[in-house]
Amino acid sequence: MSKLHTVNKSPFDRNSFDTCLTHAEDGSAVLLIEDGVYAAVAGGQTAARITEASARLKVYVLGPDLAARGMADDRVCAGVSVVDYGGFVDLAAEHDAVHSWL
Amino acid sequence: MAYEINGETYEADEEGYITDIGSWSEGLAGLIAEDEKIEMTDEHWEVVNFLREYYDEYQIAPAVRVLTKAVGKKFGKEKGNNKYLYSLFPYGPAKQACKIAGLPKPTGCI
Amino acid sequence: MSDNNEAPPPIPPDDDEDEFGVIKKFCYVNRKAPYGTVYALESLEMVLIAAAFDQDVSVVFMDDGVYQIKSDQAPEAAGMKNFSKTYRALEGYDVEKLYVSKESMEERGLTTDDFLVDVEVLDAAALSALLAEQEVVITS
Repeated sequence: MSKLHTVNKSPFDRNSFDTCLTHAEDGSAVLLIEDGVYAAVAGGQTAARITEASARLKVYVLGPDLAARGMADDRVCAGVSVVDYGGFVDLAAEHDAVHSWL
Repeated sequence: MAYEINGETYEADEEGYITDIGSWSEGLAGLIAEDEKIEMTDEHWEVVNFLREYYDEYQIAPAVRVLTKAVGKKFGKEKGNNKYLYSLFPYGPAKQACKIAGLPKPTGCI
Repeated sequence: MSDNNEAPPPIPPDDDEDEFGVIKKFCYVNRKAPYGTVYALESLEMVLIAAAFDQDVSVVFMDDGVYQIKSDQAPEAAGMKNFSKTYRALEGYDVEKLYVSKESMEERGLTTDDFLVDVEVLDAAALSALLAEQEVVITS
């Protein structure tokens, strides 16, 4: 069963990002939204985990939430795809189930 | 309370500050000023427009001290003092001018 | 509404430096990202109020709090108020002591170029020293 995981908390404030990556099955999708988008920013402590995760998971980040926080798309780690609200809807529709890590 | 122009109603809080800054217009400002018993002159508009620019730039209504200083910086020392600003807005430039400009009550206003 | 049946209040003096008498060293320590919770906005309001009362105010940005002063924030499209602009008003309120935790900044892949206000970057030891000399510290 294909699954979409969403993470909306900062990886520096809560461990939901880490726990999500630990439990997400290979091939599933992880979408970072709201404060979760900070995990996708290159050059920081989460970059290594993002790179590692993108080898076995499809990692996405919500563009409007990045923009709200002053993060340009080119600040995002390699291997992460930026999607808009329409992309969010498509991801939700494409997968059989959604797992929200709040 | 609320203000009314041409049958159109604009919501305000109990002190007369409009609740939706986006609904502000010069006409509405004139009506609020009338309510405050203030006859708007170019000098009044100068301060009101300055406040709207300040809000646009910083997203807050300035405290009186900050407004006074900023007005002085922009329009000169003869305007950047309490005597001048209170002569235009006797009940306090921050309170009355902000109200007319459609801004919220200044932060730190007692 | 102003009660216009009474005479207007007296005009306060321009030089109100001594108006509030006691001046304390207030330090606001911001540790949370700007939009996920209301802490950042509430803290900023407290800073403005303390400054309006002529207190000696310092502001520290550490942990996720460093995100509060990231430049180019545009939350309007997501239906939120862009209060990041208000940090730029602090100078006009004479709040000029803004500090950023070096470790917090670097952990998040940020540099001083990322901030919308001028800050002084302090390492953990320097930050501890700064906090130690404060009289009122509010962390949120």
